[in-house]
Amino acid sequence: MVLEIGKLTKAFGGLTAVNGVDLNVKEGHIQAVIGPNGAGKSTFFNLISGFYPPTAGIITFDGKDITKMPPNKIAKLGIARTFQTTNLFEDATVLDNVIIGNRLRTKSGLFDAILRTKRERTEEKESIEKAYKALEFVEITDLADEPIGSITQEQKKRVAFALALATDPKLVLLDEPAAGINPGETDGLAALIKKMTDNGLTVCLIEHKMSMIMSLADRIMVLNQGKRIAEGTPEEIQNNPVVIEAYLGSEENEPIKV
Amino acid sequence: MKGFLTKRNGILLVLIIALLLPFIVPNEYVLHVMALVCIWSISVYGINIFTGFTGNLSLAHIGFFAIGAYTLGILTVKADWNFWLALLAAGVLSIVLGILVGLISLRTSGHFFTIFTMCVGYIIYLVIDKWDTLTGGVRGLIGIPNPSRIGPITFDSLTSHYYLLLCFLILTIFITKRIVSSLLGRTFIAIRNSEELAQTIGISTKKNRLLSFVISCFFAAFAGALYASFVRFIGPEVGAIFLGFEMLIYLVIGGLGTLTGPVIGTILIVTLTQSLQFLQEYKMLIFGPILLLIVIFYPQGIAGAINKLTNKWKAKRTKDNKVKEQQTTIKEVG
Amino acid sequence: MDLFLQQLLNGLSNGSVYSLVALGLTMVFGILHVPNFAHGAFYMIGAYVSLTIMSLFGIPYWIAMLISMFAIALLAVISERLIYHPLRNAAGLHQMMGAIGILLFLVAFAQVVWGPNYQQMSSPYNGAISIFGTTFTQQRIIVIIATVIIMLILHFFLTKTMIGSAIIAMAQNREGAYLVGINANMVVMLTFAISGILAAAAATLASPINLVFPGMGDLVIMKAFVIIIIGGMGSIPGAIIAGYLLGIVESFGATYISGDYKDVIAFALLVIILTVKPTGLFTRRAY
Repeated sequence: MVLEIGKLTKAFGGLTAVNGVDLNVKEGHIQAVIGPNGAGKSTFFNLISGFYPPTAGIITFDGKDITKMPPNKIAKLGIARTFQTTNLFEDATVLDNVIIGNRLRTKSGLFDAILRTKRERTEEKESIEKAYKALEFVEITDLADEPIGSITQEQKKRVAFALALATDPKLVLLDEPAAGINPGETDGLAALIKKMTDNGLTVCLIEHKMSMIMSLADRIMVLNQGKRIAEGTPEEIQNNPVVIEAYLGSEENEPIKV
Repeated sequence: MKGFLTKRNGILLVLIIALLLPFIVPNEYVLHVMALVCIWSISVYGINIFTGFTGNLSLAHIGFFAIGAYTLGILTVKADWNFWLALLAAGVLSIVLGILVGLISLRTSGHFFTIFTMCVGYIIYLVIDKWDTLTGGVRGLIGIPNPSRIGPITFDSLTSHYYLLLCFLILTIFITKRIVSSLLGRTFIAIRNSEELAQTIGISTKKNRLLSFVISCFFAAFAGALYASFVRFIGPEVGAIFLGFEMLIYLVIGGLGTLTGPVIGTILIVTLTQSLQFLQEYKMLIFGPILLLIVIFYPQGIAGAINKLTNKWKAKRTKDNKVKEQQTTIKEVG
Repeated sequence: MDLFLQQLLNGLSNGSVYSLVALGLTMVFGILHVPNFAHGAFYMIGAYVSLTIMSLFGIPYWIAMLISMFAIALLAVISERLIYHPLRNAAGLHQMMGAIGILLFLVAFAQVVWGPNYQQMSSPYNGAISIFGTTFTQQRIIVIIATVIIMLILHFFLTKTMIGSAIIAMAQNREGAYLVGINANMVVMLTFAISGILAAAAATLASPINLVFPGMGDLVIMKAFVIIIIGGMGSIPGAIIAGYLLGIVESFGATYISGDYKDVIAFALLVIILTVKPTGLFTRRAY
């Protein structure tokens, strides 16, 4: 198991956004997290990536306890993530946006910068190479010099993937990667996610597009009002009466705002 | 085919003008103003590192300018220190205090941080104003010496002092350029762009912000020390928040987060105010609204607008020639 | 005992002024999430408007205050329309720059129109009265009473009228306000108008005690920021309580500790508070 989560709980004041959730993610799997709006999916991701300290519970990644680690340390251990909104730097080029992904594996500091030392130059070269490799992986090498402001939404999603990949992760958390893009493009992204696991990565994703989830995921966890109500293969989930009821209760399939 | 109007030639031209300035200016007053421009610019580059590239507004910057000025002033006047030693001391003190203030203030974020630093700046000002025995209070410090000689070179004439300040300015721009185009600079820009995203890709926003803050404080204090020795008299008003606002205006009008913006903004506004007599007293009546227009319509200031134009022009030219530029790996920010 | 009562009264009257200024500031922050650095300039212009119409046209003190309130409300709304509204989606940094731009312009404007000199505002309450054997300046009593009345009116407006509750709703949840169909633009403008009214009232009340000059708003606004952080950004009762508290603490601090460093008290207090608790006291929730 690459990721082991036990009894994870997060309360904001009186509201319990995530309530005693258990989850084990196997290496190389695509683990989907679904649920109606406000089910606590994004909070769940924020807990794993260290943005919120959990109220209770334990998170183990690769055998290490990461429950109380800050986000940057967790990233260093090998968990990358993307956001619903890509948050990229609009004025800079695609390549510039991705180069920084390797920063956590570099050591150059202020004096390397001012004196432009050998370390700075080698690390810069490495970072550029890694960025190109990541762009190659997501198949947008030809866009490297385009500013983010001039590319499409789907291409931005790919850049966000590339940035996550440039950090050299073992586990990638994708928060609604297919939100806001059309069905044809969704298939392309799905293929890309599959490609990640083919290359040895483990993927966790939140998604509302059911057809995509059902064909892509190895396992699915369903959250409702902060609680895990089901976990299993896509088939098991589709036939689970509790899940059907929870979804019938709320018809919304729109992406929510955090 | 490269035209004459390249970036390198432009920089060379400006440099030559700056070097020849003492021989072409009509009177000493103009040279005096240009020397001040050098000093302000150094301080504004400091703000730019932290506010322009890392994306936080500190209103304590002017406090550090004052700390630099007073450290040099007190050490040279009251303790008879050598200028260069005192300059070094001002730099070291600003780093130590910058780390201290940064460690505390950077635990807050956004608006809290700005208000917090405003309070820190005001405390510095009040301490200078009230601590008579050390700072001379409202009477200020008089008779701060020129930079001491280095071997055969003296800095007693205005011209030599100007060259010294120009050297420091060029060094500041050079260091800024190196920082901005380095991995460290990319880290700062990533934090400015999105703190959340920066953290998820493994950047310690705390550590990098602190570093950026301390660099900024250092430049402020360094400029302050140079100012004290150039003007030779300082009073508490070197720490007044309005002077800090003025430097911010130089930066915003010149171009926040650009390499050339600080010097463009400073030269433009200082020369404008100095040459138009009626502007001197009520300059904010003009520059307040200009600041507002820039913030609303050209958030990246003059340098940003120029960059955009040249980028467009470049893009058009590459399209026309159908030549793909092989590697623009390092983004030009200035 | 005499001194104690006098200091208490001084503290209460200064605190009243702080509270009024901080109230407007905190309301604007609650709605817009922008620290309005120009608020101190509104305060200063408010004092000049009252002073000018009193001395030029011989208009009585209270009427002058009403006219000034109206004028500053207008000024605040115009700034909102011209500056804050276009910047509503810009980065926080640019919004703060916008506020600073307004501040600098207004201070320069005051210098041009009214000159840099200190001026005295007379009020009909220049005398002193004696209560329990202690003498008090009448104006200080007036400040305290008038502030309470203004706050009561504001309270009724915010709780008993539709538009008032809309302001409260929007301050608590901006998205929520849009959802229930509140005309957000209207609410924002109204909030600015109220903040202007409060600033003008505070300035006209304080001016006969202090003096009128272009920089009179600088220290007040900085202290108001301290107050709204202590009281919880966006919290109305917090601003009122913290305002009075600061007034009293300063007043006693000046007497019993050091008059020279009286103005440091507020800032030192804030530095200590934010050092211990970086999100400020009484934070309602993380944004």
